Amino acid sequence: MNAKTRNKIATAGIYTLVSIVVIILFGILGDILVSGVPHLSWHFLSSEASSYQAGGGVRDQLFNSLYLLVLTLIISLPIALGAGIYLAEYAKDNWFTNLIRTTIEILSSLPSIVVGLFGYLLFVVQFGFGFSIISGALALTFFNLPTLTSNIEQAIEGVPQAQRDAGLALGLSNWKTIRGIVLPAALPGILTGIILSAGRIFGEAAALIYTAGQSASTIDYSNWNPFSPTSFLNMMRPAETLAVHIWKVNTEGIIPDATIVSAATSALLIIVVILFNLGARALGNHLYRKLTAAKS
Amino acid sequence: MENIITSKDVHLSYGNVEALHGISLDFEEKELTALIGPSGCGKSTFLRCLNRMNDDIPNIHISGEIKFENKNIYGPKMDLVELRKDVGMVFQQPSPFPFSVYDNIAYGLRIAGIKDKELIDQRVEESLKQAAIWKETKDNLDRNAQAFSGGQQQRICIARALAVRPKVVLLDEPTSALDPISSSEIEETLLELKHDFTFIMVTHNLQQASRISDYTAFLMSGDLIEYGKTSDMFMNPRKQITSDYLNGRFG
Repeated sequence: MNAKTRNKIATAGIYTLVSIVVIILFGILGDILVSGVPHLSWHFLSSEASSYQAGGGVRDQLFNSLYLLVLTLIISLPIALGAGIYLAEYAKDNWFTNLIRTTIEILSSLPSIVVGLFGYLLFVVQFGFGFSIISGALALTFFNLPTLTSNIEQAIEGVPQAQRDAGLALGLSNWKTIRGIVLPAALPGILTGIILSAGRIFGEAAALIYTAGQSASTIDYSNWNPFSPTSFLNMMRPAETLAVHIWKVNTEGIIPDATIVSAATSALLIIVVILFNLGARALGNHLYRKLTAAKS
Repeated sequence: MENIITSKDVHLSYGNVEALHGISLDFEEKELTALIGPSGCGKSTFLRCLNRMNDDIPNIHISGEIKFENKNIYGPKMDLVELRKDVGMVFQQPSPFPFSVYDNIAYGLRIAGIKDKELIDQRVEESLKQAAIWKETKDNLDRNAQAFSGGQQQRICIARALAVRPKVVLLDEPTSALDPISSSEIEETLLELKHDFTFIMVTHNLQQASRISDYTAFLMSGDLIEYGKTSDMFMNPRKQITSDYLNGRFG
């Protein structure tokens, strides 16, 4: 066999393998969208879930998912950013920082059901938060922190050393170099990390079943007082999310249209994740331009 | 002639390894001094001592004395920001910040506390002209500096270093990552500028050193072997080893 034939075989092999990946991905996405999208309607998006009859919607689940996502990011982003900056810029290479890195790696492969049960014991039972949005958001923070931290760390480490030297040579302090030069340069990478983790958070079910709960209490979208039990902003109320709803409808649901509801919910989940990705990307580009453009 | 930077018996070690074994070298004002020598001879390390860029390296120990305008730069009263404003630096890899051209140049000025928009505009234009990059950038000052070619980026970096009006500019192999045409353009720019600024340049390119430098210092294995006027050293090196190096017998 000469080099040319071998090259052809290798190329063909690579194309076959990548086709398999593409076919699987499009197969899954296509199947979910084809079977779910026809059942999506304004009625489905704007009405409450029903317990016994057909024709229920997912209004509250959709809102809860978004609310949990936002809360989780608000809690976890500053922590992960700080930890990422520390690991990338300040941490010396010794046993202690190696221990931190190893711990982060182990935590990021922790099964989410374990995180959920841990959150149940700590937040729901020990802290007495009950099945609530705040318990869910804290559990998701635990679930999200390791990945987000190492994503941010990698994004910051990806900024060439020459950029830091150039900043220091201009007389900038270490912190100013990080804030003014390294972080803007790392922003696209950091945003990718946030988008990836947002997708994980949005689709997470196992960690939420025992923390945010599986019931959607009646909520009032005109009540803006976050301390009122019926307010949609109340963090102490139990909240079923889209992903948990899919799980519940399929395991213990007694509604006659369970298949339709779960198909439509799955499609909705995927569409929202895609929209979120596109939105975050646009926001990222905008932010990047804003940080790097001339201020006139 | 004034000596703007003087150094006396500078030793530098990383942990137990000594990289510079006592270098005493004085730099003339408004001249271009080239530091040459084989790879690993310590010329870049020495250059980075001159604006204290080695400070953050773990386990580093520097002794001896380096004075800038008769002030000990390693003394307790030295303000690092002030020092680096006076002693700027351009690196081997073009390293523009991921901002617009305008902001790249203005960054150092803003850090130095200049707020007057007109003055900043004026300095930006002046520095870009000095670095011979004004023509290419004047119509797209808003464009990201990293979108320019390597040679243009390096000249933007030179302009950025000049904007704060330093007295000395350290150049760490400023053209070794560039193509021959960009390199010679940068050489021409430096030839123009060396009447207004003091340049200290590390280079691997002996022809470059002989073309544009006024003084040359030859370092080897952490020692200063020979120092003198470039024309003298290249024509009549005092030591055999310098002659061998300049003739390409090793290095």
